[in-house]
Amino acid sequence: MTASPQGRPGHGLTVALFATCINDTMFPGTPRATVEVLERLGCTVVFPREQTCCGQIFTNTGYFDEAVPSVRTYVKAFGGYDYIVGPSGSCVGAVRDQHPILAQRSGDAGLQREVAQVAPRTLDVSEFIVDVLGVTDVGAYFPHRVTYHPTCHSLRVVKVGDRPYTLLSKVRGLELVELPDARQCCGFGGTFSLKNADVSVAMAADKARNVASTGAEYLVAGDNSCLMNIGGVLSRQNAAVKPIHLIEILAHTEGN
Amino acid sequence: MTTERLTPAPPPGELIDSPRFPVAARRELGNAQQRRNLHHATRTIRDKRAQAVGEMDNWQELRAAGGAIKSRVLRHLPEYLEQLEASLTRNGATVHWAGDAAEANRIVIDLVQQTGSTEVVKVKSMATQEIELNEALEESGIAAWETDLAELIVQLGHDRPSHILVPAIHRNRSEVRDIFLAEMGNYGTPPPPGLDDDPVNLADAARGHLREKFLRARVAVSGANFAIADTGSLVVVESEGNGRMCLTLPETLISVVGIEKVLPSFEDLEVFMQLLPRSSTAERMNPYTSIWSGASEGDGPQNVHVVLIDNGRTKALADPQGRTALRCIRCSACLNICPVFEKVGGHAYGSVYPGPIGAILNPQIRGTDSAVDRSLPFASTLCGACTEVCPVMIPIADLLVHMRSKVVDAKKAENTGVHLPHAEPAMMKAGAWVMADHRRLEAAQLATKTSGKVLGHFTDHIGALPWPLSKWANARDTANPPTQTFRDWWKANRAQEEQK
Repeated sequence: MTASPQGRPGHGLTVALFATCINDTMFPGTPRATVEVLERLGCTVVFPREQTCCGQIFTNTGYFDEAVPSVRTYVKAFGGYDYIVGPSGSCVGAVRDQHPILAQRSGDAGLQREVAQVAPRTLDVSEFIVDVLGVTDVGAYFPHRVTYHPTCHSLRVVKVGDRPYTLLSKVRGLELVELPDARQCCGFGGTFSLKNADVSVAMAADKARNVASTGAEYLVAGDNSCLMNIGGVLSRQNAAVKPIHLIEILAHTEGN
Repeated sequence: MTTERLTPAPPPGELIDSPRFPVAARRELGNAQQRRNLHHATRTIRDKRAQAVGEMDNWQELRAAGGAIKSRVLRHLPEYLEQLEASLTRNGATVHWAGDAAEANRIVIDLVQQTGSTEVVKVKSMATQEIELNEALEESGIAAWETDLAELIVQLGHDRPSHILVPAIHRNRSEVRDIFLAEMGNYGTPPPPGLDDDPVNLADAARGHLREKFLRARVAVSGANFAIADTGSLVVVESEGNGRMCLTLPETLISVVGIEKVLPSFEDLEVFMQLLPRSSTAERMNPYTSIWSGASEGDGPQNVHVVLIDNGRTKALADPQGRTALRCIRCSACLNICPVFEKVGGHAYGSVYPGPIGAILNPQIRGTDSAVDRSLPFASTLCGACTEVCPVMIPIADLLVHMRSKVVDAKKAENTGVHLPHAEPAMMKAGAWVMADHRRLEAAQLATKTSGKVLGHFTDHIGALPWPLSKWANARDTANPPTQTFRDWWKANRAQEEQK
């Protein structure tokens, strides 16, 4: 991007980065890429260090009381920000959909009020770039053949719609090939992959087969947990396809 | 005492004693033929449904209307039921109330015995499957003949239904032919010799077999898709015409109907007659819709009985969130779209209600005492495809999570730890403590960073992990944990510039 700082779409906007615990710990390249892209677009990015986790590992396993501390931590970390942006459909979806339920469960009226303020301000990075910044071409360059898996929570909870396709279609050099049966779940499902391991593996194998059939070099998605699942099977099968988060493609620029 | 059975015996054992879902699912996954059958059948019907629904530009409005009507029914269920009883009685039907399956079965048995008949023909009905009426009748010396083609295949195959709408979805046509050849002749008109697996010929064989039963029967048993409170009408929606035969030929008609099937007024059918066929069989309109309002002199059954059953429904009704599952119109769209159901089929769910709807309905109406019912809410990846297709807007994925919390709450209250792995509550508690404070998360990250450093000396990925993570690593490689977390990177590269 060659525009002057004032001319950039994110100029004057402060974004609180919701890195998510899994990305922070296991996939630090993804929140780094988020920082890179948002700064390139002119935003001021901050990382509230008090943040931990969206709590869905507890919620989705049925442990609602155990999820409440994560909700408290979340509102404490992000309470002061207008834009809270995370590179995960699943974690963003958990904040928006589940935090109100958990706050109600806590019986704490103050927490309910805070969640009502903070949860709706939490956006997936693809929503923020397209809807808030109004940008579809982020100036990325990625000369590879890729296929996109719409993860279930970005598709059906956050409802990112065609935003990721739009963003990918503007990446220079990128060839996007259609993934057969794209909307079918990859079988991850958090603790489902342990509690119902056999079904999970059968589903992941279907997804991996469909991915491999595209001949793509990269499998792209908006959630690293799903990529870890599909990528893990692909790696075990010695398939050449590499998993990559959408924002990491968007962070790539020419000569970079 | 040796007892000769009248009808084919189902598999031994009680459904409620079924193994936990993960165990049953593993068993079903091993059936390669069934997996092929299910894959083919679910894909076909999914695509057809998408097409049938895609034709409607007001589909979302119809869904909203269907959900709203059902919600109103559930909010005012006692009033609508009393109105239904009064209307039915006025129309010459006799209304019976049954609290549970045993009571309902007793009522039906008494009614059949009063006619002196020792057999009944049956319209496909989930309510009678739920209360296991056929076996109760058999024990009382009454033969119950299923007349829906797929239910006939299941019955003759000594099998259980594996799907709400297409109970023999796990069978292909050559299996059907084998079942017909082996069993039909034992229970009535045999199939024509040299029967092949052409669907037309299979249907002909069934038609020939059922004909004598239709013409002979003096009693029919049905369910109902809808019970209309203001007109006192019952509605059966079907495809094959077997229902029409049962509902019109015999003298006595006994309908077993769940109390949640009531609709306020005849006009409401307008919404559901659009939602149901497109969602279930992917048809614009089903071939046969039978509506009867009590008894009509000289036309059709003269002794009309309606058995309204609770059987756990009021337990679900007591939970304002959980009760939305009672909106279900048994269309099966959630089963067909479910990637888990597609892999394992209906038998893994240990209930006549399998799939996503079964996973939220069974633990409510049967309770969470059995091992299988406790495992059902976890039989989903929470992908949400079911929620998207439900014609009455049941938030199925949200209810799965809700029911998970009910199971965990029940476990905590008992504090026995028999059904859940012992380690889980402790791990969740420890996890909650870590996530309550970022300093604890940072301390925990020291361990992943260290393991990443150590592993980095030997390998670039992890191929094996200890239990329970072995379940993950048996089929998947995992990258080594990074040696620098994001927050470390931020601290080193950005935190200094950040003025907060």
